[in-house]
Amino acid sequence: MESLTNRKVVVSDKPMTFMEKLYLPGILKGMLVTFRHILMRRKTIKYPEETREFAPIYRGMHVLKRDEQGRENCTACGLCAVACPAEAITMTSEERTNADKHLYREEKYASMYEINMLRCIFCGLCEEACPKEAIFLTDRLVPTQFERGEFIYGKDKLVEPVDHRIDITKRQFTGKRTTL
Amino acid sequence: METFFWIDKLVLVVLLFLISLGIAAYQTYFERKLAGWIQDRVGPDRAGPFGILQPIADGVKMFMKEDFTPANADKWLFILGPGIAMFTSLITSAIIPWGTDLQLFGRSISLQVAEINIGILFAFGIISIGVYGIMIGGWASNNKYSLFGAIRASSQMISYELAMGISAITIIMISGSLDLRAIVESQHGMNWNIFYQPVAFLVFFICALAETNRAPFDLPECENELIGGYHTEYSSMKLGLFLFSEYVAMFVSSAIMAILFFGGYNFPGMDYFTDSPNLLSILSVAVFFTKIFLLIFVFMWIRWTIPRFRFDQLMHLGWKVLIPIALVNMVITGFVVALYEHWF
Repeated sequence: MESLTNRKVVVSDKPMTFMEKLYLPGILKGMLVTFRHILMRRKTIKYPEETREFAPIYRGMHVLKRDEQGRENCTACGLCAVACPAEAITMTSEERTNADKHLYREEKYASMYEINMLRCIFCGLCEEACPKEAIFLTDRLVPTQFERGEFIYGKDKLVEPVDHRIDITKRQFTGKRTTL
Repeated sequence: METFFWIDKLVLVVLLFLISLGIAAYQTYFERKLAGWIQDRVGPDRAGPFGILQPIADGVKMFMKEDFTPANADKWLFILGPGIAMFTSLITSAIIPWGTDLQLFGRSISLQVAEINIGILFAFGIISIGVYGIMIGGWASNNKYSLFGAIRASSQMISYELAMGISAITIIMISGSLDLRAIVESQHGMNWNIFYQPVAFLVFFICALAETNRAPFDLPECENELIGGYHTEYSSMKLGLFLFSEYVAMFVSSAIMAILFFGGYNFPGMDYFTDSPNLLSILSVAVFFTKIFLLIFVFMWIRWTIPRFRFDQLMHLGWKVLIPIALVNMVITGFVVALYEHWF
């Protein structure tokens, strides 16, 4: 039958020639291959010391962004939690008091915001759902832990520090949304 | 004189014991390193610089593990198994001449523990006892996989011992002695047996791979069929002894191969050092160890190159290929030796 792809290979079971039956030339050829690999450059990297370069759109650990004045962008609307297919996000909202005006940008803010990193599938739908450009996925990895509880990340781990901003320009949409 | 003799031998025995174990430990390190390199990886590099403390870490790990004896195992045989395996691999190093005599304290010190005149027979005898460690270990475990591994090991040993012995006979015929030191002396300088007996070397080398249970002949412990083979039920340092004895056996069989085929401690140009015997002695030991290490490297190189045999292929190779080749080789060698000595 005519094959649809041209990947068909005819298998032959012709009897081995005398040289092939000796096996030794074949074995020597194989040993030459492995010896060449000893001299080759190593293809692995020493992980904790060096890391591979990530793709610009890599989806790793989340960050909750602040605006230019250091106020949290998140308004605890819950759209990320609704969008999340893995049900990894939960939050409680609270009204902003006048004294907290320099901390939160909107009148409502998340007093508690948690992502369970063991549930998270890093799909990035939370980021897509966010109307306030508050949550982004970054090229950082979630570090390994010994206890399950340590994978539930609260605001202490998610919100970026004021003096140590996390760069998310690679993942920002251009042209579609404008900063509010 | 007599007391000095015993002190010499005692020091030599202790040294050999430590060297054998040390080399075996670093063989495990180098084996993993080489496996890494061949597979384009780095290999162990976490413990100490370049990972050179890895064998120590492995040893500590082995000792810290729970020492478990299965409920229905024969307790004494279970302990005896790894002991025999280790003992037989260590004892063979006693008959190996490691170098020319040292001249120290006005005496000539021989670098050979036991100068017995049937050295090669002793070596073969001990190597055959080596299978008892595996057999007893596998039997005492009371586990079908262990038993399968033990049966495979013993049938493999029996099949390959014949070809090994026959190929060694050619060397005995050429050098005219069973004494390992005499065999070494007969290969003075660059007059190595490998140039006269390449076929015997090939057969002997393949059999040595099988005797030490190294890949591609590691059927007694093949993981994917027999879990762990004869050491399935073993844990802690009893397992460690089994694994370690394999590396010691590899070291010793490399030494025997170096003696029989690569001139032992002989090296070209050794006649220039006749007036400084100590320098010659040290150089000869260094040369001998270089040969051993090169052979060990080939052992490991083969392990990480070719896949394992199927059991019927193993038997086919042993009985139908290697033994006929070794026999024909022996007969031809016998005729040539007879012609050379003008017996006709």
